[in-house]
Amino acid sequence: MMQFLNSIAPMWPELVVAVGALVLTLWGVFRPDNDREAEVVSWLAILVLGVAGWLILSQPAAGSSLFGGAFIDDGFGRFMKILALGASAAAILLSIDDFRDHKVLKFEYPVLILLATAGMMMMISAGDLLSLYLGLELQSLSLYVVAAFRRDDVRSSEAGLKYFVLGALSSGMLLYGASLVYGFTGATSFAQIAQVAKGANAMANVGLVFGLVFLLVGIAFKISAVPFHMWTPDVYQGAPTPVTAFFSAAPKVAAIALLVRVVTSAFPGIAGQWQQIVAFLAIASMLLGAFAAIGQTNIKRLLAYSSIANVGFALVPLVTNTKEGVQGVLIYMAIYVVMTLGAFACVIAMRREEGSVEEIDELAGLAERNGPMAAALAALMFSLAGIPPLAGFWAKFYAFMPAIKSGYYILSVIGVLASVVGAYYYLRIVKVMYFDKPAKAFLPVRVKVGFVISVSAIFVLLFVIAPSPLVNAASTAAASFRY
Amino acid sequence: MWLADVFFYLFAVLAVASGAMVIMAKNPVHAVLFLILAFFNAAGLFVLLGAEFLAMLLVIVYVGAVAVLFLFVVMMLDVDFAELRAGFIKNAPLGLLIAGIVLAELIMVLGFRLVKPTTLAKATVPISTVAGIDNTTALGRVIYTQYAYYFEAAGLILFVAMIGAIVLTLRHKEGVRRQSIAAQVARNPKTAMEVVKVPSGGFTVPDKVVDNKPKEKVGA
Repeated sequence: MMQFLNSIAPMWPELVVAVGALVLTLWGVFRPDNDREAEVVSWLAILVLGVAGWLILSQPAAGSSLFGGAFIDDGFGRFMKILALGASAAAILLSIDDFRDHKVLKFEYPVLILLATAGMMMMISAGDLLSLYLGLELQSLSLYVVAAFRRDDVRSSEAGLKYFVLGALSSGMLLYGASLVYGFTGATSFAQIAQVAKGANAMANVGLVFGLVFLLVGIAFKISAVPFHMWTPDVYQGAPTPVTAFFSAAPKVAAIALLVRVVTSAFPGIAGQWQQIVAFLAIASMLLGAFAAIGQTNIKRLLAYSSIANVGFALVPLVTNTKEGVQGVLIYMAIYVVMTLGAFACVIAMRREEGSVEEIDELAGLAERNGPMAAALAALMFSLAGIPPLAGFWAKFYAFMPAIKSGYYILSVIGVLASVVGAYYYLRIVKVMYFDKPAKAFLPVRVKVGFVISVSAIFVLLFVIAPSPLVNAASTAAASFRY
Repeated sequence: MWLADVFFYLFAVLAVASGAMVIMAKNPVHAVLFLILAFFNAAGLFVLLGAEFLAMLLVIVYVGAVAVLFLFVVMMLDVDFAELRAGFIKNAPLGLLIAGIVLAELIMVLGFRLVKPTTLAKATVPISTVAGIDNTTALGRVIYTQYAYYFEAAGLILFVAMIGAIVLTLRHKEGVRRQSIAAQVARNPKTAMEVVKVPSGGFTVPDKVVDNKPKEKVGA
């Protein structure tokens, strides 16, 4: 038994999360059905995620793979898994009080988040088209359910249904692409695909390129890159706010990781083909995210467009197909996750006696009513806008530097222009908070939500003092691939 | 060999024809029955390919379970198919356009393969038949060993589906009386019976038997 467990040591973190979800389900079923028990399960779920994170950190530095390359454990995967685990834990933490207010605090939520996280870890570690798909479905199915978690709320149900229908469509495209790739390379494992798909023949192989395109379409839907972003604003607005916070953080990390791994480890031989596609996705996402957000009055919709734009920025360095590029993606995603969780935590804190509010105008004069929250949100908005010396500026710095070094000037210029346009709507929130006539005060910020807000605000403010741990970790992680 | 060809074309033509009938049949029950026919023909094609196990799965799972479920749903839900069809006609031009584009793409991909033998050679057939092992045995050998990871992941996905269905639809109704066998077994004369004094000419409502509401009504 011990020998067997040792032989699968690289996937202990996944096992801990999956088994933890099963155990917590049983726990939840056999305990009384009330808010207190659901909160206990939430804390236990965070504990499970913490244990999994600790196991990931204690793994040997040298990578390994299991099940004939279906499961890959390497530095890149560990970096992304830590991010995904942290974002999931924060999402559970944010949900407890909000769900209690809306009377939907149930033990199934943390369990579904754990299962989604297990799916994300499978996606991040996927070294084979089959494990890619199974991980993606495990994650997506859990997400569809949590989107509709407030089942008596029309918008939440609509969000769940819309996400489900469009997600199923994108999964179909991804599968079609996977079957084409399999048909034209004769392999499902990324390493074998990479061996077949190289050279001039592969570049001219229309079937293979078709497969690649459909595969990327499926993944682009999951990261909500333009033109596959249509579902994002509606789902983000309709889903309960803690769920939206979760959507904008952990699943994005996993899907970006999947995209990076697929293109760099399965298709390095036909880099020219996917570089064009990724460049288009990046430019379209940055531009649409910047312009479409301007007219929004609902802060959740605004942050949805913001997340679309941010995915565009994260894809910019990937286009270069270099180690620095992947490092840029990793740094960008790490900083983005902290910023978006902080921003959504502020949205969760927007509540009055009559319920939660989501309009930007409700933030008017927040600086007078609740100075610390306004300051934290302002710091996050400045950071999202990319104003130095906050963390968001460094994220963009590390994203655009590789692109400029590799000579992608047009891409970089468009990116910088889009971020200037984006700065308008981020700064508008700051203006509303500090210079508009005060609206009615919010209820005091709860401890758990306040904790997330403060951690993210402190991170964006102080990142400039000690950027090296994150930068070095990303650099080590990016060295997992051959370029 | 020609017998196999004959059966291939028989199954293939019937599969395509019944597939077309699924969307063209006026009566939804007929549509489901044609779907079952399509499944059977696809199973026949699998048998010709030497994949008996898949063929049996298709018949047992899809025909035996999924299609029967469809039949139930179609018969129990009162769907106005005339109304659905109106939308179909309205959206037909767009649908035809998309279908045309996809068809053109397919012809491009497949035509490429037909025209150039070098491209055709790249499309490899990785499944090799192993002598002396039928494919059920072959599947059994790998599915719990080499593919255990996928197998367990598929199990987790089904688990998510189960939790999702329960969490989104189950409602605990108030005031529903459920059978509790443990409580029934644990009854004894002391807890199950109550002796009350009924005043002559009046009535009384016993304490424990009806609900658990505290009441002691004695009236005249």
